[in-house]
Amino acid sequence: MSDIPGDLKFQKSHEWARVEDAGQVRVGISDHAQELLGDLVYVELPKVGDKVEAGASCAVVESVKAASDIYAPVSGEVVAVNGALADKPETINEDAYGDGWLFVVKAGNPDELDALLGPDDYAELIENDEH
Amino acid sequence: MTKQTVLNATHRAAGAKMVDFGGWDMPLHYGSQIEEHHAVRRDAGMFDVSHMTVVDLHGARCREFLGHLLANDIGKSKKPGKAIYSCMLNERGGVIDDLITYYLEEDAGQGWPAREAGASATAEAKASPDIRRTGRVESAHDSADSKREWFRVVVNAATRDKDLAWIGKQAAAYGVEVTERPELAMIAVQGPNARAKVLGLLHADDRGRVDKLGKFVATEARGPNDMPLFIARTGYTGEDGFEIIVPEQHAVALWDALAAAGVRPAGLGARDTLRLEAGMNLYGQDMDEDITPWEAGLGWTVALESAVHDRELGGRDFIGRAALEKQSAAGVPRELVGVVLEDKGVLRHGQRVVTPSGDGEILSGIFSPTLGKAIGFARVPTGAREGLRVDIRGRELPLRVVKYPFVRDGKSCI
Repeated sequence: MSDIPGDLKFQKSHEWARVEDAGQVRVGISDHAQELLGDLVYVELPKVGDKVEAGASCAVVESVKAASDIYAPVSGEVVAVNGALADKPETINEDAYGDGWLFVVKAGNPDELDALLGPDDYAELIENDEH
Repeated sequence: MTKQTVLNATHRAAGAKMVDFGGWDMPLHYGSQIEEHHAVRRDAGMFDVSHMTVVDLHGARCREFLGHLLANDIGKSKKPGKAIYSCMLNERGGVIDDLITYYLEEDAGQGWPAREAGASATAEAKASPDIRRTGRVESAHDSADSKREWFRVVVNAATRDKDLAWIGKQAAAYGVEVTERPELAMIAVQGPNARAKVLGLLHADDRGRVDKLGKFVATEARGPNDMPLFIARTGYTGEDGFEIIVPEQHAVALWDALAAAGVRPAGLGARDTLRLEAGMNLYGQDMDEDITPWEAGLGWTVALESAVHDRELGGRDFIGRAALEKQSAAGVPRELVGVVLEDKGVLRHGQRVVTPSGDGEILSGIFSPTLGKAIGFARVPTGAREGLRVDIRGRELPLRVVKYPFVRDGKSCI
């Protein structure tokens, strides 16, 4: 069972969100998600300046197995994307909670974060996933 | 209920991620599909393919029967041990399955390895008794002729039931005995170093003979602890190597010995990317019962030339022949081409392909670990070569049509 950093919030669809300075929220996929997907081979990210909406698809990650939509955990404007993933999508497999981040959103409505799961609740969710 | 091969516990102990494949609980990968792919291209990997169905054919009229059943000509297999790859067609020329048939010889008995009394639990799970044996036994089969020829067919797991039903139905008229061999496991050992690693495990007296085995030829040999092996120089990866059939009670010991010799376990995920790089079709994805070999890039496997045994008739009357000839005469409407996506992205089964002469679709599509880009098979209107685009989530990206295999002997061909 992988260690889940305590400062993260999660969606049931396995995206993580980390609140950083000035209301910015960094987004990635969980270690559990990358394990389910297998080797990542392609990432389609939003552009800086794009508006994303909580719960709406805004990116795609593709593994050797399948393509998966990434849903924004919060609404707002994209202020940074992880361009290094274009050439090294496997970074997500290697470091899902660190260098494998996807994009940063300047959150328009920080209250949306309250709807996300805490690390313990997420750990419980994926444990149940594994029957 | 999902079926398990005799190696199931071995896969799980190795941490394999298991998936349902054609009703079988099989390893998808053991950690990293891409690393397993590279291991096969650069060194040696092994696949549990025990889910595939081994069927033995006995009877005086076997050769004649196969001339009727298969679109390829078994007459091309002139020496015992030699295999041919063929489609088995329906009357409409559609592909029921693709399979490998070995021409073999025996002195007596049931063929190799001998059936043992009392099938194991796994064998019971694999075979339903009602279709384990079909057809009837010709008296000639039991005669004491010196060397009788017989044939071994290996068919896909997902098509087992319909294949056995079809083969059994066609065999009856020829008095051919059809015997499924569910008690046999199969391990494919593939890669540039695969043969050397297998040879090291064989009985010293058998090594020289197996070392000289030609491509697409099978022989018998003794493995670790003298276990009986049926070794064929065949595969589904584009690399050299062997496919080894072994009685299932010896399969785990063989697998462990191969692992100890440095052969890396590889799952179905790597098997799929390896076979597509090698330009090999996958049944159900690249062809099915509504697709003819002409439309599936498999024309090279259809032998319309006359066979030895009925040359005077101007050709074998194999099942589906009339439909194929009719389609040839009328013009084959669509065909299979190899495609490469130069942009970033991944080709997937079912994506729409836009061409100047109408739409097509991606059949098999993968991200190729060897090439670092997406490759695939597409079925497109016949003749479409330029201006192809693939629709990926609403964006149309250009496709380049290429000759395949995409990769040969570990090197790019595109």
